[in-house]
Amino acid sequence: MTDTNDMRPHMPLGLAQRGYTGVIQHLSAGETGSALSDIELESRLIELGFVEGARVEVLHEGLVGRDPIAVRVDSITIAVRRREAMAVIVA
Amino acid sequence: MELPLLHLALVGTPNSGKTSLFNALTGSRQKVANYPGVTVERKEGFFVTPLGRQVSVVDLPGTYSLRGRSPDEEITRDFVLGKASGETVPDLVLCVADSTNLRLTIRLLLELKRTGRPMVLVLNMFDIAARRGITVDVERLAKELGLPVVTSIAVRKGGTSDLLRLTDEISAKLAAEAEANSWRALSVSELRATQREADRIIADCVSLPARPDTWTARIDRVVLHPVGGLIVLALILFMMFQAVFAWARPLMELLQSGFDALGELVHTTLPDGLLQSFLQNGVISGVGSVIVFLPQIIIIFLFILLLEDFGYMARAAFLMDRIMGGAGLHGRAFIPLLSSFACAIPGIMATRVIDNKRDRLTTILIAPLMTCSARIPVYTLIISAFIPANDVWGFINLQGLVMFGLYAAGIVSALAVSFVIKFFMLRDYAPAPFMLELPDYKMPRPKSIAIGIYTRAKMFLVRAGTTIFSMMVLIWFLASFPQPPAGATEPAIDFSLAAMIGKALAPLLAPVGFNWQIAVALIPGMAAREVAVAALGTVYAIEGGKEAAEQIGQVLATKWSLATALSMLAWYIFAPQCASTLAVIRRETGSWAWMAVTFTYMLVLAYAASLLTYNVAVALGAG
Ligand SMILES: Nc1nc2c(ncn2[C@@H]2O[C@H](COP(=O)(O)OP(=O)(O)OP(=O)(O)O)[C@@H](O)[C@H]2O)c(=O)[nH]1
Ligand SMILES: [Mg+2]
Repeated sequence: MTDTNDMRPHMPLGLAQRGYTGVIQHLSAGETGSALSDIELESRLIELGFVEGARVEVLHEGLVGRDPIAVRVDSITIAVRRREAMAVIVA
Repeated sequence: MELPLLHLALVGTPNSGKTSLFNALTGSRQKVANYPGVTVERKEGFFVTPLGRQVSVVDLPGTYSLRGRSPDEEITRDFVLGKASGETVPDLVLCVADSTNLRLTIRLLLELKRTGRPMVLVLNMFDIAARRGITVDVERLAKELGLPVVTSIAVRKGGTSDLLRLTDEISAKLAAEAEANSWRALSVSELRATQREADRIIADCVSLPARPDTWTARIDRVVLHPVGGLIVLALILFMMFQAVFAWARPLMELLQSGFDALGELVHTTLPDGLLQSFLQNGVISGVGSVIVFLPQIIIIFLFILLLEDFGYMARAAFLMDRIMGGAGLHGRAFIPLLSSFACAIPGIMATRVIDNKRDRLTTILIAPLMTCSARIPVYTLIISAFIPANDVWGFINLQGLVMFGLYAAGIVSALAVSFVIKFFMLRDYAPAPFMLELPDYKMPRPKSIAIGIYTRAKMFLVRAGTTIFSMMVLIWFLASFPQPPAGATEPAIDFSLAAMIGKALAPLLAPVGFNWQIAVALIPGMAAREVAVAALGTVYAIEGGKEAAEQIGQVLATKWSLATALSMLAWYIFAPQCASTLAVIRRETGSWAWMAVTFTYMLVLAYAASLLTYNVAVALGAG
């Protein structure tokens, strides 16, 4: 986490546009409306590398509702729906 | 003293090359492909180390953790923890990592350490890491992790020699007293802490150039473009079906004329009688008429294997996610459904990657609607006999277009059935999450493609030689006995058991335009779809008598109306004509009831579709 990132507004990754780059600030699995329980969703996101401090970049979006998104998380690319990506807070 | 068998287990994140390593070590030919979730079963193999130690190695489904979220991950968890009944716990766990992407594997490894099993970290795909300029301080990594680390290139000859040497070294001093298993499911904060720890270790031991795979990025810019990507996907599928027709033709004609010549030879060399009829009508006209389709089967598999090895499958799943979601399907259902184009059986097995029980069940129920390769002989036969090979708009083959239409009908009906399930089963519907790693593209390896095609072609021929052959013997027998009384003027087949059975069933099938010959062919066709082609071949060959040197397609063109032909095509989109698929559904759902449901709904749809097609066609003057 660098100073410049601390000054940027925090937002959920689920709202990010294509081309967005940022750093994960924290995870907040409540109220995303995902079919998974909060704990399960958070566990899965961590297991795919979505942890605090990881760099993310939104590489691609789907056609319908710009969903899902393909996100670069450090060294790998993960496809995830926006609904679940709402749990990832970036800046 | 003979040392006991050493038990190894291959564990690691999905797509890290475990199965490639398994194949390299044991000389097996298990399925390898470039997408996560290829292996969904436990497979054991054996080899001998350079120092002569006998080793058993088990390949397991990839997993990101030991929590066991889906049936495939449970297999891995249970094996590693020794929960699988009657299983020995592995003496040594080989934790296989994709060296270009260590974060998730090191996290998994830290979790695996708690099981107390002796473990080795295998840095696989080291060739790709080296090419990208990624350097790993292997010694330091081993020290930080407190376990041996070895590099490997599973797909290169000799790429596993370090691993073999290390196995010998370790097995010599493997302690008898294993450490206690202190594993339990990690809490969120523990997970986070292990990932932090993993990231720290990686930062210390691995230097990553800021150079991601530019090829993958470039290709994805086109292939994952919101609009362009869907166009590319449609083009790929369209090309596949055109190729099935256009490229296979010369080879099929060659095979056909080979079988014709063989039939002629049998006819002229053997005296008239039962043996001649059995060989010519039963074996050559029957089984031969199925084998002719080998080139088409090979082409469809070639396409699917190339897409799988290249790394396109996960992209296609990405593109289709929302469209499938609209029909109530899980995002991860796409790859199992696409595999079902080859055969529904591996497709249904592949649904093990789906974590939600109901989503998995829906996918299993609709997988048999995807056009599997066993339908190709039926479709091709009827299309070539009834649809002119004209070009539409100058470049699209009309026959290929109809074939494409049949595939599309399968897909659309699968989506529709899924939608109905979602709608009427009143599921408290919340879209299941879709989270899938998109692996970097890899150049398809000719050897693995060749092995894949060889395996498939062999399977097809073995089926032709066993299931289809035995069904043919049955059909030939039914169509030949009892023999007509002396002096009978009607064709001999009219006196046979086949005719009796067929004519008894005919009234049931008359509304959909099927004659008694089709009725007869459909019964053994329950065993496997291609059998119907072979059965028609035999029945019409016997019916035609001695002079019938005609190919089955030409016979059909004279005996069936266009409406009957179209009705038959409609029937085959839906009909549950495959005993093995039903058996797999029974096994994977663990219930006879779901098997019965599948069978019934498909049969009802088949009858309805044929009824509609036939009557519309007749009304339009095709009767
Ligand atoms: N260049 C290179 N490619 C490899 C190596 N090992 C595996 N691959 C490729 O990586 C892809 C995945 O290999 P698999 O063996 O199917 O991976 P897996 O770990 O069994 O995957 P799952 O069964 O899905 O968990 C395939 O395309 C392989 O050809 C390697 O050492 N070098
Ligand atoms: Mg595998």
